[in-house]
Amino acid sequence: MSLLEVRNLVVAFGDKRVVDDVSFDVEAGSRLGIIGESGSGKTLTTLAIMGLLPDTATVSGSIVFEGEELLTRSDSQMSKLRGNRMGMVFQEPLTSLNPLMRVGKQIAMPLMIHRGMALKEGLTVAVKLCDTVGLPDPERIVRSYPHQLSGGQRQRIGLAIALACDPVLLIADEPTTALDVTVQKEVLKLMNELVSSRGSSLIFVSHDLPVISAMTESVLVMNTGKVVEQARVGDLFANPRHEYSKKLIATAKHSDDLFTAFRAGAQ
Amino acid sequence: MKVNRTLIMGLTLVGFTLVLAILSFVWTPYDPLAMNPELSLSKPSPKHLLGTDVFGRDVLSNIIVGARSTLTVAFFAVLISMIFGVLVGVGTAISPKWAQTPAIFGIDIVLALPSVLFAIVLAAVYGPSTMTATIAIGVALSAAVGQVTRRETNAVLQADYVMAATSSGAGKGRIVRRHVLPNIRASLFVQASGAIAVAILAESTLSYLGLGTLPPTPSWGRMLAESQQFLIVDPILALWPGLVIVIAVLGFNLTGDGLREALDPTLRRSET
Repeated sequence: MSLLEVRNLVVAFGDKRVVDDVSFDVEAGSRLGIIGESGSGKTLTTLAIMGLLPDTATVSGSIVFEGEELLTRSDSQMSKLRGNRMGMVFQEPLTSLNPLMRVGKQIAMPLMIHRGMALKEGLTVAVKLCDTVGLPDPERIVRSYPHQLSGGQRQRIGLAIALACDPVLLIADEPTTALDVTVQKEVLKLMNELVSSRGSSLIFVSHDLPVISAMTESVLVMNTGKVVEQARVGDLFANPRHEYSKKLIATAKHSDDLFTAFRAGAQ
Repeated sequence: MKVNRTLIMGLTLVGFTLVLAILSFVWTPYDPLAMNPELSLSKPSPKHLLGTDVFGRDVLSNIIVGARSTLTVAFFAVLISMIFGVLVGVGTAISPKWAQTPAIFGIDIVLALPSVLFAIVLAAVYGPSTMTATIAIGVALSAAVGQVTRRETNAVLQADYVMAATSSGAGKGRIVRRHVLPNIRASLFVQASGAIAVAILAESTLSYLGLGTLPPTPSWGRMLAESQQFLIVDPILALWPGLVIVIAVLGFNLTGDGLREALDPTLRRSET
């Protein structure tokens, strides 16, 4: 049994199917990349897994996580999984942190929710987590507000929050797109290490093929809501079958320098 | 840093009003209720700085004590409106779509209802009193507070950090407590300040109409009404209650604007 089995997933807003008949598996400890341009439905697919789609969306199909169907679960039942068995890292490290809450408390929050920790206890763990995600001077960091930290530091905080409860599945939605290239490399490297050392599974969403290839083993190519190709990363490069995949690779090869730099840096 | 003149001016005027209200507890030049027919409608003089009214009561003493009545009503009305408004505003924002439409409709109905009319109805049923005036103003204001709170809450609920918090397993209650309320707090302060100005005006209106503070308790609105009949004989008599009403309303309005300027980061940025 796979950790996550998505079957015939359809997400629609009114008549418009924005995710159309998507199926894939994620094995325990494996890594899947989802690539596609804006509006291809990749983010909505991950939000469907997390149960974070807006009320206006209609979802059908099946998402089975650890042997249990998620789509029939209530929001409060989903809350028990979110941040606990599955964690998510978001694209914008600034806006995904509450500007008025010290980051230590934000890291402690999932621990307080799922582990029943008191704030003080949670903050102690938060300091350790800050250290784990490579933040210097964690004692000071936990007392800072988001605006006092740099983009890279904030994204490390985001990672610390997502990993606080040791989830078996980490979903990263364009986690480095908002960061500049050098910081991006560091964050990817860190994410790589953390996911490996914890043995968790990873779904990594990006529009950037080099980044995906550095982070994952297999890749799902999405275009206009449909999966157009699913392949191992190496196979996709060697032998892209779908026109859209070929286009993606052509674009990626175009910026080949960056590509090599990434692979060298992140692995 | 740019000096926030609006806020300073506002706070000065508010401070003046508050000083009057506090002063009323410890000292007034004369007993505000003491009548003295010999002094009826006397002009301002060293003994009676603002003159006396038709019954020979000292106007300054009445203005000072009137500040207390007006501010008490305004304060409690705004307290009611903030409690109800925030409950309704946050409540409608987090409730499911099907429950929102009737709630918003309800808010709109209360908004459409003139507060003075509402107070008249309340006064007709329960008799005019400070209490009915306070409740009427409070309920009328809570619709406006509710509407703005709902809008602000919706904005926060759309924020990425709320989705991030949800993805960490936070439920609705926690989202409201930890994320919504702290992030709309600044706007609530601004609103409360503006609402006090509206409440002061409403209290004066109701007292003027005889639906607010009951005689003989001094109130600015009623002083205005009483002085009206002597506008030709003693025009300056109407000036004093009018003036303090303007000072109080202007003060709280300026404070609200000043707070908005001080708390709104986008406005602050555009100034530099």
